[in-house]
Amino acid sequence: MTEHVQNERRRQAIYGWILLSPALVLLSLFAFYPSIATLWSSLFSRGTRRRPTEFVATENYADLFADPTFWKVVINNLIYAGATIPISIAIALAMALWANSKIPARGFVRTAYFTPTVLPMIAAANLWLFFYTPGLGVLDKIGGLFGFESVNWLGQPETALWAVIIVTIWKEAGFFMIFYLAALQTIPEDLKEAADIEGASRWTYTRRIVLPLLMPTTLFIMVNALINSVKLIDHLFILTKGGPSDASKLILYYIWEMAFAFFDAPHAAAMTIMVLVVLGIVAGIKFTILDKRTHYQ
Amino acid sequence: MSGLSRQIEALGAVLLAVIWISPLVFAFWAAFHSTSDAVNFNLLSPWTLDNFRTAWDGAPWLRYFLNTFLLVTVILIGQFIVTTLAGFAFAQVQFPGRDFIFILVLMQLFILPEVLIVENYAMVSRLGLFDSILGVGMPYMASAFGIFLMRQAFKGVPIELHEAARVEGCGWFGILWRVYVPLARPTYLAYALVSVSTHWNNFLWPLIVTNSPDTRPLTVGLSIFGAPENGVDISVISAATMMSVAPLLMAFLIFQRQFVQAFLRAGIK
Repeated sequence: MTEHVQNERRRQAIYGWILLSPALVLLSLFAFYPSIATLWSSLFSRGTRRRPTEFVATENYADLFADPTFWKVVINNLIYAGATIPISIAIALAMALWANSKIPARGFVRTAYFTPTVLPMIAAANLWLFFYTPGLGVLDKIGGLFGFESVNWLGQPETALWAVIIVTIWKEAGFFMIFYLAALQTIPEDLKEAADIEGASRWTYTRRIVLPLLMPTTLFIMVNALINSVKLIDHLFILTKGGPSDASKLILYYIWEMAFAFFDAPHAAAMTIMVLVVLGIVAGIKFTILDKRTHYQ
Repeated sequence: MSGLSRQIEALGAVLLAVIWISPLVFAFWAAFHSTSDAVNFNLLSPWTLDNFRTAWDGAPWLRYFLNTFLLVTVILIGQFIVTTLAGFAFAQVQFPGRDFIFILVLMQLFILPEVLIVENYAMVSRLGLFDSILGVGMPYMASAFGIFLMRQAFKGVPIELHEAARVEGCGWFGILWRVYVPLARPTYLAYALVSVSTHWNNFLWPLIVTNSPDTRPLTVGLSIFGAPENGVDISVISAATMMSVAPLLMAFLIFQRQFVQAFLRAGIK
Protein backbone atom coordinates (compact mmCIF):
# COMPACT_ATOMS: atom_id res chain seq x y z
CA MET A 1 0.00 0.00 0.00
CA THR A 2 2.68 2.51 0.99
CA GLU A 3 4.56 1.50 -2.10
CA HIS A 4 1.51 2.38 -4.17
CA VAL A 5 1.23 5.80 -2.50
CA GLN A 6 4.91 6.42 -3.12
CA ASN A 7 4.58 5.45 -6.76
CA GLU A 8 1.64 7.80 -7.17
CA ARG A 9 3.66 10.63 -5.57
CA ARG A 10 6.58 10.02 -7.85
CA ARG A 11 4.28 9.95 -10.85
CA GLN A 12 2.71 13.28 -9.83
CA ALA A 13 6.14 14.84 -9.39
CA ILE A 14 7.19 13.73 -12.87
CA TYR A 15 3.96 15.03 -14.41
CA GLY A 16 4.33 18.31 -12.52
CA TRP A 17 7.82 18.96 -13.81
CA ILE A 18 6.91 17.94 -17.38
CA LEU A 19 3.95 20.34 -17.33
CA LEU A 20 6.08 23.16 -15.95
CA SER A 21 9.07 22.63 -18.22
CA PRO A 22 8.01 24.87 -21.16
CA ALA A 23 7.26 27.75 -18.80
CA LEU A 24 10.47 27.22 -16.83
CA VAL A 25 12.63 27.05 -19.95
CA LEU A 26 11.14 30.27 -21.33
CA LEU A 27 11.27 32.09 -18.00
CA SER A 28 14.89 31.05 -17.59
CA LEU A 29 15.78 32.25 -21.07
CA PHE A 30 13.93 35.56 -20.92
CA ALA A 31 13.69 36.54 -17.26
CA PHE A 32 16.03 34.75 -14.84
CA TYR A 33 19.13 34.31 -16.95
CA PRO A 34 18.94 37.85 -18.40
CA SER A 35 18.59 39.30 -14.90
CA ILE A 36 21.74 37.54 -13.75
CA ALA A 37 23.56 38.31 -17.00
CA THR A 38 22.65 41.97 -16.59
CA LEU A 39 24.08 42.02 -13.08
CA TRP A 40 27.22 40.28 -14.35
CA SER A 41 27.78 42.59 -17.31
CA SER A 42 27.19 45.66 -15.15
CA LEU A 43 30.43 44.74 -13.35
CA PHE A 44 32.61 44.79 -16.47
CA SER A 45 33.97 47.63 -18.55
CA ARG A 46 32.91 48.24 -22.12
CA GLY A 47 35.29 46.52 -24.49
CA THR A 48 36.90 48.40 -27.33
CA ARG A 49 39.24 47.12 -29.99
CA ARG A 50 42.29 48.29 -28.10
CA ARG A 51 41.10 47.50 -24.60
CA PRO A 52 39.20 44.27 -23.98
CA THR A 53 36.48 44.14 -21.29
CA GLU A 54 37.78 43.81 -17.79
CA PHE A 55 36.28 43.43 -14.35
CA VAL A 56 35.70 46.88 -12.87
CA ALA A 57 33.43 45.99 -9.91
CA THR A 58 31.16 48.95 -9.20
CA GLU A 59 32.87 51.44 -11.48
CA ASN A 60 29.93 51.60 -13.92
CA TYR A 61 27.66 52.46 -11.04
CA ALA A 62 30.07 55.12 -9.83
CA ASP A 63 30.17 56.59 -13.36
CA LEU A 64 26.40 56.84 -13.37
CA PHE A 65 26.31 58.50 -9.97
CA ALA A 66 28.81 61.04 -11.28
CA ASP A 67 26.82 61.60 -14.49
CA PRO A 68 24.54 64.67 -14.28
CA THR A 69 22.33 63.27 -17.07
CA PHE A 70 21.66 60.20 -14.96
CA TRP A 71 20.45 62.33 -12.05
CA LYS A 72 18.43 64.49 -14.42
CA VAL A 73 16.72 61.38 -15.76
CA VAL A 74 16.10 59.97 -12.28
CA ILE A 75 14.53 63.24 -11.15
CA ASN A 76 12.44 63.38 -14.34
CA ASN A 77 11.18 59.89 -13.65
CA LEU A 78 10.37 60.78 -10.05
CA ILE A 79 8.37 63.78 -11.26
CA TYR A 80 6.75 61.55 -13.89
CA ALA A 81 5.74 58.99 -11.25
CA GLY A 82 4.82 61.64 -8.69
CA ALA A 83 2.47 63.35 -11.15
CA THR A 84 0.99 60.47 -13.16
CA ILE A 85 0.21 58.15 -10.23
CA PRO A 86 -1.94 60.45 -8.02
CA ILE A 87 -3.52 62.43 -10.86
CA SER A 88 -4.53 59.44 -12.95
CA ILE A 89 -5.89 57.67 -9.84
CA ALA A 90 -7.92 60.75 -8.85
CA ILE A 91 -9.31 61.13 -12.37
CA ALA A 92 -10.03 57.41 -12.58
CA LEU A 93 -11.97 57.59 -9.32
CA ALA A 94 -14.02 60.56 -10.51
CA MET A 95 -14.70 58.79 -13.81
CA ALA A 96 -15.84 55.63 -12.04
CA LEU A 97 -18.12 57.48 -9.61
CA TRP A 98 -19.68 59.33 -12.54
CA ALA A 99 -19.91 56.37 -14.85
CA ASN A 100 -21.60 54.45 -12.05
CA SER A 101 -24.20 57.13 -11.17
CA LYS A 102 -27.38 57.88 -13.04
CA ILE A 103 -26.34 60.56 -15.48
CA PRO A 104 -27.52 61.26 -19.01
CA ALA A 105 -25.49 59.79 -21.89
CA ARG A 106 -23.79 57.30 -19.58
CA GLY A 107 -22.93 54.93 -22.42
CA PHE A 108 -21.09 57.67 -24.32
CA VAL A 109 -19.32 58.84 -21.16
CA ARG A 110 -18.02 55.36 -20.35
CA THR A 111 -16.86 54.74 -23.89
CA ALA A 112 -15.13 58.10 -24.08
CA TYR A 113 -13.26 57.45 -20.84
CA PHE A 114 -12.14 53.98 -21.80
CA THR A 115 -11.27 54.42 -25.49
CA PRO A 116 -7.67 55.73 -25.03
CA THR A 117 -6.85 52.44 -23.31
CA VAL A 118 -7.20 50.43 -26.53
CA LEU A 119 -4.95 52.71 -28.58
CA PRO A 120 -1.22 52.05 -28.97
CA MET A 121 0.93 54.58 -27.15
CA ILE A 122 2.51 55.47 -30.51
CA ALA A 123 -0.89 56.32 -31.96
CA ALA A 124 -1.77 58.31 -28.83
CA ALA A 125 1.43 60.30 -29.28
CA ASN A 126 0.53 61.05 -32.90
CA LEU A 127 -2.90 62.30 -31.83
CA TRP A 128 -1.39 64.57 -29.21
CA LEU A 129 1.22 65.87 -31.64
CA PHE A 130 -1.71 67.55 -33.34
CA PHE A 131 -2.47 69.34 -30.06
CA TYR A 132 1.05 70.35 -29.15
CA THR A 133 2.59 71.48 -32.46
CA PRO A 134 3.48 75.19 -32.15
CA GLY A 135 1.60 77.51 -34.43
CA LEU A 136 -0.57 74.79 -35.98
CA GLY A 137 -1.65 72.76 -32.95
CA VAL A 138 -5.05 72.79 -31.31
CA LEU A 139 -3.73 74.20 -28.03
CA ASP A 140 -2.13 77.15 -29.78
CA LYS A 141 -5.31 77.82 -31.74
CA ILE A 142 -7.38 77.83 -28.56
CA GLY A 143 -4.78 79.96 -26.81
CA GLY A 144 -4.80 82.30 -29.80
CA LEU A 145 -8.53 82.88 -29.36
CA PHE A 146 -7.79 84.29 -25.92
CA GLY A 147 -4.82 86.27 -27.15
CA PHE A 148 -2.08 84.04 -25.73
CA GLU A 149 1.26 83.74 -27.49
CA SER A 150 2.18 80.57 -29.33
CA VAL A 151 3.87 78.06 -27.02
CA ASN A 152 6.26 75.32 -28.13
CA TRP A 153 4.97 72.79 -25.58
CA LEU A 154 7.30 69.98 -26.63
CA GLY A 155 10.28 72.13 -27.56
CA GLN A 156 11.01 73.96 -24.34
CA PRO A 157 12.48 72.35 -21.21
CA GLU A 158 9.89 73.83 -18.83
CA THR A 159 6.89 72.20 -20.49
CA ALA A 160 8.16 69.12 -22.38
CA LEU A 161 7.99 66.69 -19.44
CA TRP A 162 4.51 67.91 -18.51
CA ALA A 163 3.27 67.48 -22.07
CA VAL A 164 4.47 63.87 -21.87
CA ILE A 165 2.85 63.40 -18.45
CA ILE A 166 -0.53 64.57 -19.74
CA VAL A 167 -0.49 61.97 -22.52
CA THR A 168 0.28 59.22 -19.99
CA ILE A 169 -2.56 60.31 -17.71
CA TRP A 170 -4.92 60.46 -20.67
CA LYS A 171 -3.90 56.93 -21.63
CA GLU A 172 -4.11 55.18 -18.27
CA ALA A 173 -6.93 56.90 -16.32
CA GLY A 174 -9.68 55.09 -18.25
CA PHE A 175 -7.98 51.76 -17.63
CA PHE A 176 -7.86 52.35 -13.88
CA MET A 177 -11.50 53.49 -13.96
CA ILE A 178 -12.52 49.95 -14.90
CA PHE A 179 -11.13 48.54 -11.66
CA TYR A 180 -12.93 51.16 -9.60
CA LEU A 181 -16.16 50.47 -11.51
CA ALA A 182 -15.88 46.79 -10.67
CA ALA A 183 -15.27 47.55 -7.02
CA LEU A 184 -18.16 50.02 -6.88
CA GLN A 185 -20.54 47.38 -8.15
CA THR A 186 -19.69 45.10 -5.24
CA ILE A 187 -20.74 47.66 -2.61
CA PRO A 188 -24.10 46.47 -1.22
CA GLU A 189 -27.15 48.67 -1.84
CA ASP A 190 -28.19 48.55 1.85
CA LEU A 191 -25.24 50.74 2.78
CA LYS A 192 -26.62 53.51 0.60
CA GLU A 193 -30.11 53.01 2.06
CA ALA A 194 -28.79 53.02 5.61
CA ALA A 195 -26.87 56.23 4.91
CA ASP A 196 -30.03 57.82 3.45
CA ILE A 197 -32.05 56.86 6.54
CA GLU A 198 -29.37 58.37 8.77
CA GLY A 199 -29.67 61.53 6.71
CA ALA A 200 -26.07 61.44 5.47
CA SER A 201 -25.40 63.62 2.45
CA ARG A 202 -24.08 62.08 -0.76
CA TRP A 203 -20.69 63.62 -0.09
CA THR A 204 -20.56 62.13 3.41
CA TYR A 205 -21.63 58.75 2.04
CA THR A 206 -18.92 58.87 -0.60
CA ARG A 207 -16.21 60.00 1.77
CA ARG A 208 -17.03 57.82 4.79
CA ILE A 209 -18.32 54.64 3.15
CA VAL A 210 -17.36 54.39 -0.52
CA LEU A 211 -13.76 55.60 -0.38
CA PRO A 212 -12.71 53.31 2.51
CA LEU A 213 -14.30 50.35 0.73
CA LEU A 214 -12.32 51.23 -2.40
CA MET A 215 -9.02 51.24 -0.51
CA PRO A 216 -7.87 47.75 -1.64
CA THR A 217 -8.61 48.68 -5.26
CA THR A 218 -6.67 51.90 -4.86
CA LEU A 219 -3.63 50.00 -3.60
CA PHE A 220 -3.86 47.56 -6.48
CA ILE A 221 -4.10 50.42 -8.99
CA MET A 222 -1.23 52.21 -7.29
CA VAL A 223 1.12 49.27 -7.86
CA ASN A 224 0.02 49.15 -11.51
CA ALA A 225 0.52 52.88 -11.93
CA LEU A 226 3.96 52.61 -10.39
CA ILE A 227 4.97 49.89 -12.85
CA ASN A 228 3.55 52.01 -15.68
CA SER A 229 5.69 54.95 -14.60
CA VAL A 230 8.72 52.81 -15.45
CA LYS A 231 7.25 51.12 -18.49
CA LEU A 232 5.21 53.73 -20.41
CA ILE A 233 7.80 55.55 -22.49
CA ASP A 234 6.77 54.75 -26.07
CA HIS A 235 5.36 58.24 -26.65
CA LEU A 236 8.77 59.79 -25.99
CA PHE A 237 9.94 58.33 -29.29
CA ILE A 238 7.34 60.43 -31.12
CA LEU A 239 6.88 63.51 -28.98
CA THR A 240 10.26 64.61 -27.63
CA LYS A 241 12.94 61.89 -27.96
CA GLY A 242 13.78 62.80 -24.38
CA GLY A 243 14.66 66.38 -25.25
CA PRO A 244 15.07 69.29 -25.29
CA SER A 245 18.39 68.87 -23.46
CA ASP A 246 17.14 65.76 -21.58
CA ALA A 247 14.23 67.69 -20.06
CA SER A 248 11.76 64.87 -20.72
CA LYS A 249 14.08 61.84 -20.71
CA LEU A 250 12.93 58.90 -18.57
CA ILE A 251 14.97 55.99 -17.20
CA LEU A 252 13.83 53.25 -19.57
CA TYR A 253 14.32 55.56 -22.56
CA TYR A 254 17.83 56.36 -21.30
CA ILE A 255 18.57 52.64 -20.95
CA TRP A 256 17.41 52.10 -24.53
CA GLU A 257 19.49 55.04 -25.76
CA MET A 258 22.56 53.95 -23.82
CA ALA A 259 22.39 50.41 -25.18
CA PHE A 260 21.09 50.85 -28.73
CA ALA A 261 22.16 54.37 -29.72
CA PHE A 262 25.45 54.77 -27.80
CA PHE A 263 26.23 51.01 -27.70
CA ASP A 264 27.26 51.28 -24.06
CA ALA A 265 25.84 48.02 -22.69
CA PRO A 266 27.66 48.00 -19.31
CA HIS A 267 26.21 51.31 -18.18
CA ALA A 268 22.78 50.33 -19.51
CA ALA A 269 23.12 47.12 -17.48
CA ALA A 270 24.01 49.02 -14.32
CA MET A 271 20.94 51.19 -14.76
CA THR A 272 18.76 48.16 -15.44
CA ILE A 273 19.94 46.59 -12.18
CA MET A 274 18.94 49.72 -10.27
CA VAL A 275 15.47 49.64 -11.83
CA LEU A 276 15.15 45.94 -10.98
CA VAL A 277 16.10 46.65 -7.36
CA VAL A 278 13.40 49.33 -7.11
CA LEU A 279 10.84 47.01 -8.71
CA GLY A 280 11.95 44.26 -6.35
CA ILE A 281 11.30 46.50 -3.36
CA VAL A 282 7.86 47.34 -4.73
CA ALA A 283 7.17 43.62 -5.22
CA GLY A 284 8.30 42.92 -1.66
CA ILE A 285 5.99 45.57 -0.26
CA LYS A 286 3.12 44.35 -2.40
CA PHE A 287 3.43 40.68 -1.49
CA THR A 288 4.07 41.15 2.21
CA ILE A 289 2.41 44.24 3.60
CA LEU A 290 -0.32 45.11 1.12
CA ASP A 291 -1.61 41.61 0.44
CA LYS A 292 -1.98 41.02 4.17
CA ARG A 293 -3.71 44.28 4.85
CA THR A 294 -6.20 44.15 2.03
CA HIS A 295 -7.75 40.75 2.64
CA TYR A 296 -10.77 42.24 4.34
CA GLN A 297 -12.38 42.76 0.96
CA MET B 1 -30.03 71.71 -3.83
CA SER B 2 -29.26 68.10 -4.43
CA GLY B 3 -30.84 68.37 -7.88
CA LEU B 4 -28.60 71.26 -8.81
CA SER B 5 -25.41 69.59 -7.61
CA ARG B 6 -26.39 66.48 -9.54
CA GLN B 7 -26.80 68.51 -12.69
CA ILE B 8 -23.42 70.14 -12.19
CA GLU B 9 -21.88 66.69 -11.74
CA ALA B 10 -23.55 65.38 -14.87
CA LEU B 11 -22.19 68.37 -16.75
CA GLY B 12 -18.71 67.70 -15.35
CA ALA B 13 -18.92 64.05 -16.39
CA VAL B 14 -19.93 64.87 -19.94
CA LEU B 15 -17.38 67.67 -20.20
CA LEU B 16 -14.59 65.32 -19.12
CA ALA B 17 -15.83 62.75 -21.64
CA VAL B 18 -15.72 65.33 -24.42
CA ILE B 19 -12.19 66.39 -23.43
CA TRP B 20 -11.10 62.75 -23.23
CA ILE B 21 -12.38 61.82 -26.68
CA SER B 22 -11.34 65.07 -28.37
CA PRO B 23 -7.79 64.06 -29.45
CA LEU B 24 -9.30 61.11 -31.30
CA VAL B 25 -12.08 63.19 -32.81
CA PHE B 26 -9.70 65.93 -33.98
CA ALA B 27 -7.36 63.40 -35.59
CA PHE B 28 -10.30 61.67 -37.23
CA TRP B 29 -11.54 64.96 -38.63
CA ALA B 30 -8.06 66.04 -39.75
CA ALA B 31 -7.50 62.73 -41.50
CA PHE B 32 -10.35 63.52 -43.86
CA HIS B 33 -9.36 67.12 -44.64
CA SER B 34 -6.50 68.79 -46.45
CA THR B 35 -3.64 69.93 -44.25
CA SER B 36 -4.33 73.63 -44.64
CA ASP B 37 -8.03 73.14 -43.85
CA ALA B 38 -7.15 70.96 -40.87
CA VAL B 39 -4.73 73.35 -39.23
CA ASN B 40 -7.00 76.32 -39.87
CA PHE B 41 -10.09 74.52 -38.57
CA ASN B 42 -12.21 75.22 -41.59
CA LEU B 43 -15.16 73.29 -40.25
CA LEU B 44 -17.10 73.60 -43.49
CA SER B 45 -14.25 72.56 -45.79
CA PRO B 46 -14.79 69.55 -48.06
CA TRP B 47 -13.99 66.00 -46.95
CA THR B 48 -11.29 64.11 -48.82
CA LEU B 49 -9.62 60.71 -48.93
CA ASP B 50 -6.34 62.07 -50.31
CA ASN B 51 -4.55 61.74 -46.98
CA PHE B 52 -5.36 58.04 -46.83
CA ARG B 53 -4.13 57.59 -50.37
CA THR B 54 -0.85 59.38 -49.61
CA ALA B 55 -0.40 57.49 -46.34
CA TRP B 56 -1.21 54.14 -47.92
CA ASP B 57 1.37 54.64 -50.65
CA GLY B 58 4.00 55.80 -48.16
CA ALA B 59 4.62 52.49 -46.41
CA PRO B 60 3.91 48.75 -46.80
CA TRP B 61 0.89 48.86 -44.47
CA LEU B 62 -0.59 45.60 -45.65
CA ARG B 63 2.64 43.86 -44.68
CA TYR B 64 2.65 45.65 -41.30
CA PHE B 65 -0.94 44.57 -40.64
CA LEU B 66 -0.05 41.02 -41.55
CA ASN B 67 3.03 41.12 -39.28
CA THR B 68 1.03 42.44 -36.34
CA PHE B 69 -1.64 39.84 -36.96
CA LEU B 70 0.93 37.04 -37.10
CA LEU B 71 2.67 38.39 -34.02
CA VAL B 72 -0.41 38.49 -31.80
CA THR B 73 -1.44 35.05 -33.08
CA VAL B 74 1.95 33.48 -32.41
CA ILE B 75 2.07 35.02 -28.94
CA LEU B 76 -1.46 33.94 -28.11
CA ILE B 77 -0.92 30.33 -29.20
CA GLY B 78 2.36 30.16 -27.29
CA GLN B 79 0.78 31.70 -24.20
CA PHE B 80 -2.20 29.33 -24.28
CA ILE B 81 0.01 26.25 -24.44
CA VAL B 82 2.57 27.36 -21.86
CA THR B 83 0.17 28.89 -19.34
CA THR B 84 -2.34 26.02 -19.59
CA LEU B 85 0.29 23.41 -18.77
CA ALA B 86 1.91 25.46 -16.01
CA GLY B 87 -1.39 26.65 -14.56
CA PHE B 88 -2.61 23.06 -14.37
CA ALA B 89 0.58 21.93 -12.67
CA PHE B 90 0.29 24.66 -10.05
CA ALA B 91 -3.42 24.10 -9.48
CA GLN B 92 -3.86 20.31 -9.47
CA VAL B 93 -0.58 18.43 -9.31
CA GLN B 94 1.17 17.82 -5.99
CA PHE B 95 4.95 17.74 -6.00
CA PRO B 96 7.80 18.94 -3.84
CA GLY B 97 9.15 22.40 -4.69
CA ARG B 98 5.90 23.55 -6.26
CA ASP B 99 5.34 26.56 -3.99
CA PHE B 100 8.94 27.71 -4.38
CA ILE B 101 8.66 27.58 -8.17
CA PHE B 102 5.38 29.45 -8.00
CA ILE B 103 7.04 32.30 -6.13
CA LEU B 104 9.78 32.35 -8.78
CA VAL B 105 7.11 32.66 -11.46
CA LEU B 106 5.34 35.46 -9.61
CA MET B 107 8.63 37.37 -9.48
CA GLN B 108 8.38 37.73 -13.24
CA LEU B 109 5.39 40.04 -12.69
CA PHE B 110 7.94 42.59 -11.58
CA ILE B 111 10.94 41.66 -13.72
CA LEU B 112 9.37 43.41 -16.71
CA PRO B 113 10.47 42.16 -20.13
CA GLU B 114 10.67 45.87 -21.06
CA VAL B 115 13.44 46.46 -18.53
CA LEU B 116 15.56 43.52 -19.67
CA ILE B 117 15.76 44.70 -23.29
CA VAL B 118 19.55 44.57 -23.51
CA GLU B 119 20.05 40.98 -22.39
CA ASN B 120 16.87 39.73 -24.05
CA TYR B 121 18.14 41.19 -27.29
CA ALA B 122 21.40 39.30 -26.81
CA MET B 123 19.44 36.13 -26.06
CA VAL B 124 17.20 36.44 -29.10
CA SER B 125 20.26 37.02 -31.31
CA ARG B 126 22.00 34.01 -29.77
CA LEU B 127 18.98 31.84 -30.60
CA GLY B 128 19.13 33.12 -34.19
CA LEU B 129 15.72 34.75 -33.85
CA PHE B 130 16.74 38.38 -34.43
CA ASP B 131 14.41 40.11 -36.90
CA SER B 132 11.84 37.32 -36.78
CA ILE B 133 8.27 37.36 -35.52
CA LEU B 134 8.99 34.43 -33.23
CA GLY B 135 11.83 36.47 -31.72
CA VAL B 136 9.46 39.33 -30.93
CA GLY B 137 6.90 36.99 -29.40
CA MET B 138 8.98 34.52 -27.43
CA PRO B 139 9.80 36.58 -24.32
CA TYR B 140 6.08 37.06 -23.67
CA MET B 141 4.95 33.45 -23.98
CA ALA B 142 5.67 32.33 -20.41
CA SER B 143 3.58 35.13 -18.96
CA ALA B 144 3.46 34.97 -15.17
CA PHE B 145 0.21 36.83 -15.32
CA GLY B 146 -1.31 34.19 -17.60
CA ILE B 147 -0.01 31.31 -15.49
CA PHE B 148 -1.54 32.92 -12.41
CA LEU B 149 -4.85 33.45 -14.23
CA MET B 150 -5.02 29.83 -15.44
CA ARG B 151 -4.11 28.49 -12.01
CA GLN B 152 -7.02 30.43 -10.51
CA ALA B 153 -9.41 29.17 -13.19
CA PHE B 154 -8.34 25.54 -12.79
CA LYS B 155 -8.58 25.72 -9.01
CA GLY B 156 -12.27 26.50 -9.39
CA VAL B 157 -12.99 23.23 -11.22
CA PRO B 158 -14.84 20.77 -8.93
CA ILE B 159 -12.66 17.81 -7.99
CA GLU B 160 -15.60 15.44 -8.64
CA LEU B 161 -15.34 16.09 -12.39
CA HIS B 162 -11.62 15.32 -12.23
CA GLU B 163 -12.30 12.05 -10.39
CA ALA B 164 -15.13 11.10 -12.73
CA ALA B 165 -12.91 11.57 -15.78
CA ARG B 166 -10.22 9.48 -14.12
CA VAL B 167 -12.65 6.67 -13.37
CA GLU B 168 -13.65 6.76 -17.04
CA GLY B 169 -10.02 6.05 -17.85
CA CYS B 170 -8.72 9.49 -18.83
CA GLY B 171 -5.01 10.17 -18.34
CA TRP B 172 -3.61 13.45 -17.00
CA PHE B 173 -3.50 15.13 -20.38
CA GLY B 174 -6.93 13.79 -21.28
CA ILE B 175 -8.40 15.23 -18.07
CA LEU B 176 -6.72 18.56 -18.72
CA TRP B 177 -7.91 18.68 -22.31
CA ARG B 178 -11.46 17.34 -21.84
CA VAL B 179 -12.40 18.71 -18.40
CA TYR B 180 -10.31 21.71 -17.41
CA VAL B 181 -9.79 23.52 -20.71
CA PRO B 182 -13.50 23.60 -21.71
CA LEU B 183 -14.54 24.79 -18.24
CA ALA B 184 -11.99 27.62 -18.30
CA ARG B 185 -13.27 29.01 -21.61
CA PRO B 186 -14.33 32.41 -20.17
CA THR B 187 -10.86 32.87 -18.70
CA TYR B 188 -9.26 32.02 -22.04
CA LEU B 189 -11.46 34.58 -23.77
CA ALA B 190 -10.62 37.27 -21.24
CA TYR B 191 -6.93 36.48 -21.41
CA ALA B 192 -7.01 36.48 -25.22
CA LEU B 193 -8.56 39.95 -25.36
CA VAL B 194 -6.04 41.38 -22.92
CA SER B 195 -3.12 39.68 -24.66
CA VAL B 196 -4.14 40.71 -28.18
CA SER B 197 -4.71 44.34 -27.27
CA THR B 198 -1.44 44.48 -25.31
CA HIS B 199 0.68 43.05 -28.09
CA TRP B 200 -1.14 44.82 -30.90
CA ASN B 201 -0.02 48.01 -29.15
CA ASN B 202 3.46 46.99 -28.00
CA PHE B 203 6.33 49.07 -29.35
CA LEU B 204 9.71 49.18 -27.60
CA TRP B 205 10.63 45.50 -27.82
CA PRO B 206 9.49 45.05 -31.47
CA LEU B 207 11.43 48.23 -32.30
CA ILE B 208 14.60 46.62 -30.98
CA VAL B 209 14.17 43.11 -32.39
CA THR B 210 12.84 43.89 -35.87
CA ASN B 211 14.94 45.39 -38.58
CA SER B 212 13.03 45.03 -41.85
CA PRO B 213 9.57 45.65 -43.30
CA ASP B 214 9.05 41.89 -43.41
CA THR B 215 8.84 41.58 -39.64
CA ARG B 216 8.01 45.08 -38.41
CA PRO B 217 4.63 45.37 -36.67
CA LEU B 218 2.22 48.28 -37.20
CA THR B 219 3.35 50.34 -34.21
CA VAL B 220 6.97 50.37 -35.35
CA GLY B 221 5.93 51.04 -38.93
CA LEU B 222 3.75 53.92 -37.80
CA SER B 223 6.53 55.46 -35.73
CA ILE B 224 8.94 55.34 -38.68
CA PHE B 225 6.31 56.70 -41.05
CA GLY B 226 5.49 59.61 -38.75
CA ALA B 227 9.07 60.49 -37.78
CA PRO B 228 9.68 64.25 -38.20
CA GLU B 229 12.71 63.66 -40.40
CA ASN B 230 10.36 62.15 -43.00
CA GLY B 231 8.56 65.50 -43.18
CA VAL B 232 5.09 64.00 -43.43
CA ASP B 233 2.36 66.53 -42.72
CA ILE B 234 -0.12 66.29 -39.91
CA SER B 235 -3.19 65.26 -41.90
CA VAL B 236 -1.33 62.36 -43.46
CA ILE B 237 -0.01 61.26 -40.05
CA SER B 238 -3.56 61.44 -38.74
CA ALA B 239 -4.76 59.29 -41.62
CA ALA B 240 -2.02 56.72 -41.01
CA THR B 241 -2.80 56.70 -37.29
CA MET B 242 -6.51 56.21 -37.93
CA MET B 243 -5.74 53.39 -40.32
CA SER B 244 -3.59 51.52 -37.85
CA VAL B 245 -5.92 51.88 -34.88
CA ALA B 246 -9.11 51.20 -36.86
CA PRO B 247 -9.27 47.39 -36.52
CA LEU B 248 -8.76 47.32 -32.77
CA LEU B 249 -10.90 50.41 -32.19
CA MET B 250 -13.81 49.01 -34.20
CA ALA B 251 -13.51 45.67 -32.47
CA PHE B 252 -13.62 47.52 -29.17
CA LEU B 253 -16.66 49.59 -30.06
CA ILE B 254 -18.56 46.51 -31.24
CA PHE B 255 -17.56 44.19 -28.38
CA GLN B 256 -17.32 46.91 -25.75
CA ARG B 257 -19.09 44.98 -23.01
CA GLN B 258 -16.98 41.85 -23.48
CA PHE B 259 -13.83 43.93 -23.65
CA VAL B 260 -14.48 45.68 -20.39
CA GLN B 261 -15.52 42.41 -18.73
CA ALA B 262 -12.33 40.82 -19.99
CA PHE B 263 -10.15 43.52 -18.54
CA LEU B 264 -12.04 43.25 -15.26
CA ARG B 265 -11.72 39.51 -15.05
CA ALA B 266 -8.05 39.71 -15.89
CA GLY B 267 -7.32 42.43 -13.39
CA ILE B 268 -9.35 41.51 -10.37
CA LYS B 269 -8.49 37.83 -9.96
